[in-house]
Amino acid sequence: MQNYSGVGVSPGRIIGSVRQMPKPVSEPPLGERLASSATVDEATAGLRAASKVVQAELQGRAAAATGASKAVLEATALMAADPMLIKAAIKLIATGTSAERAIWESGASVAEMLHNLGGYMADRATDVLDVRARIVAELRGVPAPGIPQSTEPFILVAEDLAPADTATLDPAKVLALVTSGGGPQSHTAIIARALGLPAVVAAPGVDELVDGTEVYVDGAAGTVSVDPGTDEQAQVAAWLLAAETLAVFGGTGSTADGHLVPLLANVGGAVDAVKAAELGAQGVGLLRTEFCFLERDTEPTIDEQVVAYRGVFDAFPGKKVVVRTLDAGADKPLPFLTDSTEPNPSLGVRGFRTDLTTPGVLKRQLTAIATAAADSPAEVWVMAPMIATVDEAADFAAMCRVAGLKIPGVMVEVPSAALLADRILGEVDFVSLGTNDLTQYTMAADRQLGTLAALNSPWQPAVLHLIKLTVAGSIAQGKNKPVGVCGEAAADPVLAVVLVGLGVASLSMTARSLSAVGAVLKSVTLDEAKRLAELALSARNAGEARTRVRAELPILEQLGL
Amino acid sequence: MSERKATIASRVGLHARPASIFAAAVGELPIEVTIALETSPVEDAMDASSILSLMSLGAANGDVVVLRAEGDGAVEALEALVKILETDLDAE
Repeated sequence: MQNYSGVGVSPGRIIGSVRQMPKPVSEPPLGERLASSATVDEATAGLRAASKVVQAELQGRAAAATGASKAVLEATALMAADPMLIKAAIKLIATGTSAERAIWESGASVAEMLHNLGGYMADRATDVLDVRARIVAELRGVPAPGIPQSTEPFILVAEDLAPADTATLDPAKVLALVTSGGGPQSHTAIIARALGLPAVVAAPGVDELVDGTEVYVDGAAGTVSVDPGTDEQAQVAAWLLAAETLAVFGGTGSTADGHLVPLLANVGGAVDAVKAAELGAQGVGLLRTEFCFLERDTEPTIDEQVVAYRGVFDAFPGKKVVVRTLDAGADKPLPFLTDSTEPNPSLGVRGFRTDLTTPGVLKRQLTAIATAAADSPAEVWVMAPMIATVDEAADFAAMCRVAGLKIPGVMVEVPSAALLADRILGEVDFVSLGTNDLTQYTMAADRQLGTLAALNSPWQPAVLHLIKLTVAGSIAQGKNKPVGVCGEAAADPVLAVVLVGLGVASLSMTARSLSAVGAVLKSVTLDEAKRLAELALSARNAGEARTRVRAELPILEQLGL
Repeated sequence: MSERKATIASRVGLHARPASIFAAAVGELPIEVTIALETSPVEDAMDASSILSLMSLGAANGDVVVLRAEGDGAVEALEALVKILETDLDAE
């Protein structure tokens, strides 16, 4: 039996057949000429036909889509047969260039033109390149780029998934995700956890798997095995049984000896919030407010924002909802707020820093949150992302007071904030650790790079020490102000135990992870959690930290986690 | 040759959704329509059925554009197209 080993990022065991994500369309060679058997007229007709096929495909997808993605797909469909794009290509065909090369060059010059226009237009350049690749694939008779269409559910194997791919991923068709690249905090990992799909990332060699091959995927162990037998079938059956017990979260997070750790949900809008409440979340530890702003060309009005926030608050009467103010920049650009030409966006004007370059947006958002909170039954807390200094924390707290918001806090995701947590907590009422960015900044490793997956793990002892330091800062400050975690780390049931042992007061995660985290936490006492935290802190590296702690938690084997 | 001027009403200017709607409307006409900024010479006029041309035109909210067309029904066609441009499509 052939095995592939990677990093398990979302638990679950399943057997299914492989479908490879089509390879990116390769560039037709420079100077490629028309085949001697083809005339200019035939090549021109072929290009027009291919562009119409691609247009019809995209129109079909637009018809099935809703909201902002529908508008984007409609515009992209128009581009596929756009006179500007096609006429330039036809001129090149008339000089003897192959249709593939002609559309490639025509697309490149249109994309460059859009890129040079900047802003919103520059973002559309990507759509032109996507259309170009689809037309070339159609001309070559190879599968279109993107997630394969299939009537049967399948295990999707790819190099890595982009946010655009994950948006079109149908959870009813995809059984599991396996990638050769990507890391534990890549988009693939995040989407898998949100959808509850087993997933293995950074598994070298899986690109060779042929479509239709039957494989066994273990999303906890991080393994993929070809030709599964009775052992694997038994493992799948055991998982299904365990999954039933894991399906429901009791609604009160605590250790075996009754130390309470509220388990909260990360949500991105009212629909998410209602679902999270149904899954037993004890509140919201992270409301990402970007959903109000993304894919818009202008700032939403205060009234629009009030309605959107109230939809979330209403799902949690009497419970805590922590609102994170707009976190634009880096991988979440906004045309009216961020500069897409920054050479190093993750170290650029993002999060709270956009208030320096575009003052007013944050102030209006705080007004909207305060208005929505005023007549809401939820207990509303508010926090700013990307805080690096004590002064920034003080400025944010002052803005909250002016808006009438009573409980201001900040995210700890820049190492400087962890180091000065005691003084920062002198200015605000709570902090929440954003472990994804904290890991990326501590280890100086890009979250999206598969090659750096080992560095980019929240199990890195250095990251765990910064978390410990943040808790120590709260103790030193002396007013028992809470330190929570709202990064992906909290969704890992094993790491969650370590976080509680380090003194973290609450954990916020994708709602699907609540039951698994709750079940594992319930199996240890607070003293045991503290001992496991020490084991992890003193480990030599991330892998050793994880292995050590896993070995001490027998419940993981029982639950198939 | 018929010629009409229109002031762009969409807040975001003539791109994104407003450009899609306009290009699709021109594409359905049996005649060819060109578009240019009021300040540009006639030679710079572009194919109004091309969403990519419209995007490269870069017409912002409040800009005046000139539509030109020839042939049967040109006057009525331009009348309808001016209405589209002078509606804030992004607000709908």
